[in-house]
Amino acid sequence: MLEIKNLHASVAGTEILRGINLTVLPGEVHAIMGPNGSGKSTLAGVLAGKSDYEITEGSVTFNGMNLLDMEPEERAREGVFLAFQYPVEIPGVNNMYFLKAAVNAIRKHRGEEELDAVDFLQLVKEKMKLVEMDQGLLNRPVNTGFSGGEKKRNEIFHMAVLDPKLAILDETDSGLDIDALRVVAGGVNALRSPERATIVVTHYQRLLNYIVPDIVHVLVDGRIVRSGPKELALELEANGYAPAATLQSTRS
Amino acid sequence: MAQTTLSTDYLATLDQLAARLPALTELRTAARAAFHDAGLPTVELEDWRFTNIAARLLRLEFVAPTADAAAQSDAVETFSLGGLASSRQLVFIDGAYRSDLSAAENLPAGVTLTGLADALGSQPELVTSLLGKYAPFENAPEAAFVALNTAGFTDGAFLHVPNGVVVEGPIHLLYLTTGAATTAVHPRTLIALGEHAQASVIESYAGPDGAAYLTNAVSEIVLGPAAVLDHYRLQREGNQALFVHTQHIHQDRASAFSTHTLSIGSAMTRNDVYATLAGEGIDCVLDGLYMPTGKQHVDNHTTINHAAPHCRSFEIYKGILDDQSRGGFNGKIFVQPDAQKTDAKQTNQTLLLSDDAQLDTKPQLEIFADDVRCTHGATIGQLDQNHLFYLRARGIGPTLARQMLIHAFAAEALERMKLEPLRTYLDDILFAHRPKELFVELSEPVSLDLATP
Repeated sequence: MLEIKNLHASVAGTEILRGINLTVLPGEVHAIMGPNGSGKSTLAGVLAGKSDYEITEGSVTFNGMNLLDMEPEERAREGVFLAFQYPVEIPGVNNMYFLKAAVNAIRKHRGEEELDAVDFLQLVKEKMKLVEMDQGLLNRPVNTGFSGGEKKRNEIFHMAVLDPKLAILDETDSGLDIDALRVVAGGVNALRSPERATIVVTHYQRLLNYIVPDIVHVLVDGRIVRSGPKELALELEANGYAPAATLQSTRS
Repeated sequence: MAQTTLSTDYLATLDQLAARLPALTELRTAARAAFHDAGLPTVELEDWRFTNIAARLLRLEFVAPTADAAAQSDAVETFSLGGLASSRQLVFIDGAYRSDLSAAENLPAGVTLTGLADALGSQPELVTSLLGKYAPFENAPEAAFVALNTAGFTDGAFLHVPNGVVVEGPIHLLYLTTGAATTAVHPRTLIALGEHAQASVIESYAGPDGAAYLTNAVSEIVLGPAAVLDHYRLQREGNQALFVHTQHIHQDRASAFSTHTLSIGSAMTRNDVYATLAGEGIDCVLDGLYMPTGKQHVDNHTTINHAAPHCRSFEIYKGILDDQSRGGFNGKIFVQPDAQKTDAKQTNQTLLLSDDAQLDTKPQLEIFADDVRCTHGATIGQLDQNHLFYLRARGIGPTLARQMLIHAFAAEALERMKLEPLRTYLDDILFAHRPKELFVELSEPVSLDLATP
């Protein structure tokens, strides 16, 4: 589904990603862990099409398409979803109105009929339950005045409604208390399917107790230095990232 | 610099116009003299620095109001707000009241809603006791347009709501200019609400594209104790028009006034609002939204005079400037020595959609009382790239994403609107695609023979 080859990316002339190789197959859940500044969020942003990054080398193929050539909305319509680390507050843009526009842009692209207000509401009601979303938040401006937990729930709620093929969760656990974490993780787990791939970007192992990955990658200094089964996360939790980083430097 | 002068022909015309409303001769003679002495304001005046109207307006003429009703009914239909006030809509063609195109139905007993010339005939004492009392022109040249309007209007709207009477549902005053060659029209509006009276009024101004004309409107609004007026003005003049509107509001104790100023059309717009809060416990809301594109120019000036204690004023003006358009905002708040416990809040926010658009903003607070809360803030920014990316990352295309964010920015300037049907109507027209080409090519300055008498 997703194939990243030797991906290099810079921000304002500073190289952040320095040769990422990663293959994700349908149905898989990959966790990308790493210390602060290792390039985790940059990778997520590059995949979603954020324009702050300059791709200097390498390729990203998504279902046979050159992802790097596509506009952010084209990626979303093809099924790439990014749950933001910091969902932005957009005062004045109604959450429901926005989400309906998004759903219908995606449906239109897929050649499906656009949803009318009734069908959309039906879909929303069904998906809200997944993340125990408060109905009151639906008619508020996007994320405006939401608590940290509500924003993250809203992200997973968007994911549920938009039904992506590849979901990238960028530090969805940050700032969540344990109850909110359970709810959010529960939502993500409910959305696991053989057709959908998920990349979970996180700093902490705790999230992976709830969203159990198939493969864990360790990202240090813009490179994936180790990959392994879910137990690798526990090892990192116990020993920190330093041994992994050392491993990387001895390798290179 | 080109500067407007007046020919004796023009003064003769003003004299002829004055003769049409003999009850007002004294007032109009004084106004004519004030205008003649001062001439039009130039950019050397601080309050007119950003709006060089004198350079665009070299000679003024009047046209006789047309009697061709059939030709106007299309325009009336176009600008009648989707019929939301069809049973109470007064139509003015080139400043003259047209009862044949108007409706004033289902009004409570005692309410007068008619043309100003008619009202001068039927209730001369009431009209002359109010008219010109609240819109001063002595401080010309700043008030030159008020002087000119006072000297030159032939008709206008008169609404009087007696004590205790509530008019439910909106009243629409529709001023249409036909745009016959180089015309100047001077619509005049007089609204007086008695004690505890209530009304909702929309003034709208519109005209055809392609015609260089001047609309120079003056509105006087007088609110008695505890009166409530919900007021709107919607400007949709043609793409070559010059539009100047001066609005004076005089509020008595415990009255509530709110107005929304929405500027859509015209090549050059100048709006002045003066609110005098003359009694205790007054609420005053002045909100505005302007969205110039192409080479449009919109300059908004507001003055709120807190003359009594315990009054509140709130003001949000939002500008969305595209292309090479130019915007101006000047917000004056005076708090007089007696006006303790004043609560005044002023906000001017601007969204620049183009590198070539330009805004001048100037808050001006003069506070002579010591126990008050007065805040003001001005921001100028561009569309937030993080917001755009968030919307696009959910599959929404860049055009719609931009539209959603522009709409969202504007929303705050409209959210205090009480008249929901008007708000819905505006949502459609404000954000409908306006071809910017319409506002790019300005006509030559309106220039005829000005040197020879």
